[in-house]
Amino acid sequence: MSADDVGGPRQPMLRVRQLVKHFPLKGQWGRGAGTVCAVDGIDFEVLKGETLGVVGESGCGKSTTARLLMHLIERTGGEIDFDGRTVGGRGLTLKDFRRQVQMVFQDSYSSLNPRLTIEDSVAFGPQVHGVEARTSVSRARELLARVGLEPRRFAERYPHELSGGQRQRVNIARALALQPRLIILDEAVSALDKSVEAQVLNLLLDLKEEFGLTYLFISHDLNVVRYISDRVMVMYLGQVVEIGASEEIFVAPKHPYTKALLASMPSMDPDRRTQEAPLAGDPPNPIDPPPGCRFHTRCKFAEPVCITRVPTLAGDGHAVACLMHEPGSGHSRAAGAAA
Amino acid sequence: MAILAGAPPAIVPVVFERSPGYWATVWRKLRRDKVAMAAGFVVLLLVLLAVFGSYITPADPFKASMLSRLKPIGTAGYPLGSDELGRDMLSRLMMGARLSLFMGITPVLAAFFLGSAIGILAGYAGGAVNTAIMRTIDVFYAFPSVLLAIALSGALGAGITNSLISLTVVFIPLIARVAESATVQVRGREFVEAARASGASAFTIVRVHVLGNVLGPIFVYSTSLIAVSMILASGLSFLGLGVKPPQPEWGLMLNTLRTAIYTQPWIAALPGVMIFITSISFNVLSDGLRSAMDVKQ
Amino acid sequence: MFASLARRIVYTLPIMAGVALVCFLLVHLAPGDPLVSVLPPDASEDLRQQLIKLYGFDRSLPEQFLSWVWRALHGDLGTSIASGRPVAAEVYKAVGNTLMLAAVATLIGFFFGSLFGFVAGYFSGSWVDRVASLLSIVGVSVPHYWLGMVLVIIFAAQLNWLPATGAGPGGSTDWHWNWEHVQYLILPAVAKSVVPMGIIARTVRALVAEMLAQEFVVGLRAKGLTDYGVFRHIVKNVAPTALAVMGLQLGYLLGGSILIETVFAFPGTGFLLNSAIFQRDLPLLQGTILVLAMFFVLLNLVVDLVQGTLDPRISRA
Repeated sequence: MSADDVGGPRQPMLRVRQLVKHFPLKGQWGRGAGTVCAVDGIDFEVLKGETLGVVGESGCGKSTTARLLMHLIERTGGEIDFDGRTVGGRGLTLKDFRRQVQMVFQDSYSSLNPRLTIEDSVAFGPQVHGVEARTSVSRARELLARVGLEPRRFAERYPHELSGGQRQRVNIARALALQPRLIILDEAVSALDKSVEAQVLNLLLDLKEEFGLTYLFISHDLNVVRYISDRVMVMYLGQVVEIGASEEIFVAPKHPYTKALLASMPSMDPDRRTQEAPLAGDPPNPIDPPPGCRFHTRCKFAEPVCITRVPTLAGDGHAVACLMHEPGSGHSRAAGAAA
Repeated sequence: MAILAGAPPAIVPVVFERSPGYWATVWRKLRRDKVAMAAGFVVLLLVLLAVFGSYITPADPFKASMLSRLKPIGTAGYPLGSDELGRDMLSRLMMGARLSLFMGITPVLAAFFLGSAIGILAGYAGGAVNTAIMRTIDVFYAFPSVLLAIALSGALGAGITNSLISLTVVFIPLIARVAESATVQVRGREFVEAARASGASAFTIVRVHVLGNVLGPIFVYSTSLIAVSMILASGLSFLGLGVKPPQPEWGLMLNTLRTAIYTQPWIAALPGVMIFITSISFNVLSDGLRSAMDVKQ
Repeated sequence: MFASLARRIVYTLPIMAGVALVCFLLVHLAPGDPLVSVLPPDASEDLRQQLIKLYGFDRSLPEQFLSWVWRALHGDLGTSIASGRPVAAEVYKAVGNTLMLAAVATLIGFFFGSLFGFVAGYFSGSWVDRVASLLSIVGVSVPHYWLGMVLVIIFAAQLNWLPATGAGPGGSTDWHWNWEHVQYLILPAVAKSVVPMGIIARTVRALVAEMLAQEFVVGLRAKGLTDYGVFRHIVKNVAPTALAVMGLQLGYLLGGSILIETVFAFPGTGFLLNSAIFQRDLPLLQGTILVLAMFFVLLNLVVDLVQGTLDPRISRA
């Protein structure tokens, strides 16, 4: 167990409560022209040692959530506890936090400084935290070797001389260099070719085992999420609609949105191919989200109550935010309905 | 195996494959550009002349002689003739490189440091700091550079220091704008976010991750200003706002020799030839550097 | 359309205020007593105080600034210390001459710049391109005041074809568009035209070469479009940018007139500035610079608006 662990194994690594991020829109003449509700009151926990997958269509707030957790952008509201402590509070400075939590970005090229050799990029973080230059570089070379890049060939190269998969390995090595406990992977394998993607995923699994890591794995690719995650969280328009153990979500989804997402996955089994288009149209505009249940505009089970009543995320272990699963909600399919 | 058994163990030297760095690549490209290299050679000669010119002049550039005023080009003892006070033109032109280059390059150099600092600060800080800095710069941008230089020099009064200050003030907004836009662009890249996520301070991020990516474009842009600066600086001296007599400076020499355009026209034009050669060499070199560094205009 | 027009105009106002402030502060940047050039060394303290009051130097800076702006808005730029005449009248006389010279120079520069640029871009990579590109780099590198001197040496001193200095028999006020007068304009206008020529040639060359390399032009050719048709097509696409560059160059020439006007003793704003500087006539210096800078700001605005209309793709927000 890491020396940084303060709360013990049962304390969640990350506990997020009512996290909100609104981006103000700039209108003409500098006046405000509304806000984009990128993340709108989400609650979840990441347990120690697990991999929590986060899925949803693009624009649902996944990447904003990642940047909020990393404290790269200011949150509008809500709380983020890391191992029981808030950043900036007692005993956990932002700098400490950023050593223990690291992030791997989607764009492998843009996330490496083109003017630094890759060993210097990997060694940068430890140097910020006071590790001597020589030590940090030799450690960077060890890490490059660990992620499968032979240091003698690669250490002194520049990012443009590597392939996308190789660069993403460098980004992983850079995240590891600070010996973090939690790594946020924001679409980290999405831009890679399928074969390279599989190699990098396996590398991530090995590293998790070896260093006792916790992952928050964000992706729009459900197959990848299913492969790597212990639990899965489904987001829609800045809110969590369903969260639960990976197998439960994939085998017995409860929320109509989750079902629709799963139905849109290409299946290998011809008998299970769906005939109808599972999700029609684009998600609504997050500047002016629909009232009530945000999914009602695209949900085939929508009833008048869905427009007026906001569902709450409820359930032990496998939680869902849908009026059909809320007893007495007034939805005809809900338990305790009059009909 | 048996064959190998007798052979000495192969010693594989641990050699790291070092990639050529960014500046090495630029230099390799620039070396292939013959025109730019020729211009660079001229610039080098001029710089050498500026440094060592005073030691190798054939005659004393300050020694006036009423008897040998405005001797034509090719007169014995005066290979390029003599000026309106009988001083040797060749010596004065050689000696003039020092002040002329100094007056032309110093403002760009000063503005390179100050303008980069201001622009990078505005670009990295963003928000209200950016607005305050950039709106102020817009005001200075709203003056044509020649007008601003002359207005400032005119108000401050003649002299070397005042000319240098005026020209520096003229170039700072130009360079700061380029620095700001380059910084804003780099700041949006994910490696800066990654560096922030490593817990690095803003200062460290600017030093390690921003500077290396913005100084190149700012530098190229600044080199393109040297030619403008040479012309402006000697222009100020030509108007009598810069270097004062009897110092040899090409712009000032053009001014004092104006009286000779009817008697010795080609001598009167000589200092301008020097300014022209200098400015065109810097322009060509800067163009070559721009394409070698692949900086978009 | 109207909203963006209004926004651009409104955006210009704070810049104008800033420009006015810089012009105003110039006087206070100047070392020494601004009255030194008008007062005889043995002037009485009484006279001194009177003049200080007359020029308003006894009030606070913001007060002086506001009243200066207020008066400037009503066409009163103060009184020249050296001549005792109103600055506005002197500047008005000179601006006309400078504008005429700058406009003629810009037209010459635009014509030859477009020609060289077009030829260079059309025959991109050939020797024609290299010669035209050389001309354009010479244009931006040559010290134009020196070129003015050389032109005087050749065409006035040696060949005696054209007059060397001045603005003709009408002096600074009575200009006519006849040879008597126009001959005075030729040399300074040519000397001034080299910088815009070089810059316009560079711009046009880059645009034409880029256009010709684009697929749709290659496609048009393949469809059997004549050379004239291709030419028209290129002109339509290059013209907005070239005209915008020309407009800005006119502004630079207006502001940068001092060197050429000094060489040719041409009675414009540059000449006025020169005498203002050397007689330490600060109100005149201030007023002339204000007018020239405002011209430049307005010209920028006009170029912006015209370009926005000609080429709706460019939205310079």
